[in-house]
Amino acid sequence: MGESKGGPVYKGLGKIPDRALLLFATLLYVFLYAPILVLVFFSFNSSKSTQVWTGFSTEWYGELISDQSVLEAFRLSMIVGVTATAIATVIGTLTALALTRHRFRGKTLADSAIYAATVMPEIVVGVSLLVFFVAAGLQLGITTIIIAHVAFTISFVTIVVRARLSGMDRSIEEAAQDLGANPIETFLRVTLPLILPGVMAGALLAFTLSLDDFVITFFVAGVGSSTLPLKIYSMIKFGVSPVINALSTVVLVATMVLVFGGSHFFMRKENA
Amino acid sequence: MGEEKGRGWSLGLAGLLTPVTVWLGLFFLVPLLFILAYSFGTSGIYGGITLGFNPGNYLRVFDPLYLEIVGRTLVIALLNTFLCLLLGYPLAYFIAFKGGSRKNLLILLVMIPFWTSLLLRAYAWVVILGGNGIANRALQFLGITDGPVNLIFTPQAVIMGMVYSYLPFMILPLYAALEKFDARLKEAAQDLGASRWHTFWRVTFPLSMPGVIAGSILVFIPSAGEFVIPNLLGGARTVLVGNLIQQQFLLARDWAFGSALAMMLAALLVGAIMFYVRKVGTENLEGV
Repeated sequence: MGESKGGPVYKGLGKIPDRALLLFATLLYVFLYAPILVLVFFSFNSSKSTQVWTGFSTEWYGELISDQSVLEAFRLSMIVGVTATAIATVIGTLTALALTRHRFRGKTLADSAIYAATVMPEIVVGVSLLVFFVAAGLQLGITTIIIAHVAFTISFVTIVVRARLSGMDRSIEEAAQDLGANPIETFLRVTLPLILPGVMAGALLAFTLSLDDFVITFFVAGVGSSTLPLKIYSMIKFGVSPVINALSTVVLVATMVLVFGGSHFFMRKENA
Repeated sequence: MGEEKGRGWSLGLAGLLTPVTVWLGLFFLVPLLFILAYSFGTSGIYGGITLGFNPGNYLRVFDPLYLEIVGRTLVIALLNTFLCLLLGYPLAYFIAFKGGSRKNLLILLVMIPFWTSLLLRAYAWVVILGGNGIANRALQFLGITDGPVNLIFTPQAVIMGMVYSYLPFMILPLYAALEKFDARLKEAAQDLGASRWHTFWRVTFPLSMPGVIAGSILVFIPSAGEFVIPNLLGGARTVLVGNLIQQQFLLARDWAFGSALAMMLAALLVGAIMFYVRKVGTENLEGV
């Protein structure tokens, strides 16, 4: 901006609008973060109130880790998250390879199906899977949750890995093949290490989405299987309590660790 | 593979595509066909369903009771989209043009709430708007109200929760569109004598339309199907289509009607995507 010599220099919207814009942006960031921070803040409250501060305490975290049903929900969320992420990452990476490396009939259809899966309202995905599982006679529970989570995360992995692949220099692979590597060796020793940041970012995204998903899980979990979001939902329905704030804080911190880990890979992608 | 790569179908390509075809086919497309078939079926009294060609489930939407819910859903979803655009555009503009070297950090700060659970973000507002919550105490402190007023379980609370939850969905595509923008175009407009506002409305804003449309779709579609936020922040007067679908599947067990409602949401999505492709084309679809 404003680097043209001679002619009038571009000055944005002007001084006063610029300041107004800065003020507006600051307020919007406050709006985005204040509610989350309030939530975290009151998880450390010493009284049962989530609204009136009475002093610092970690008792709600203690109550949280001694609550068997919360631990059980955490365990289920982890099993589902890890399993679904592993499956979705493999399938998504293979799909990304097919879509970037090949031209074929039906590619537009494949593309459309993948994007449709990312934008389809979650409630539609949830109820259609419920109907399908019941019709197929599958018992609702951990298996149906994992199947559903793989189904809605594959597309995200595909999109992330594809972005990495399309920015890749093909000549290195060609060199490997010229030097006598077979396609599988080329993939494992050249392509995979090069796209690994993309694959990792895709896996982190899938894991975060799985860990946070409420709507689809709500429909396919059946009775008796509660992931963390389902557990949080029933706790909120039961009544506001600092234990929910403590649990929310744990989930938020976990998500942020994953996002910062992921963003590390994204930044590398951008600089590549 | 090898030299053949990239031309037509091959064994390798089939191997790469089989897993996704099976999984998305079986667990995404086939289930959608199931609810399409169910939406034309007839629900039995005890939850069973008889398949057939019964358009009655779709026609029930015109029942005044349901029409009100559909109308309310469209109004709330549109209002939410408009408010997100109104708030999100200036921020996306700020990050794209004033962010400088901190652009990446600023956009990451938008992405973090986008990645945190919608459920927790709704819960935060349950706490804030609740009986003795911060919002009520702030109103009393400022002398606007005398005692606690009912803020939660109102349509306003639902819209508040929705704007808060969906704002990042609007900002990210807007930023993606504005970031690609060539600042020299603005300089050119100003060199030719356009005022700053004129430059914005005649050059910057029209060129950011792909982002505006993409963001609006990304906000409008999920908010039209939202049921968690009205469940937690709304009351009897804020039943939306999403709540109605949930009731049909989990309480009323009228799966035929529930399927018809879900198909209408899916149709809304298809309509929105066709609109996007017509206005913007398919090339930018990857940016979404």
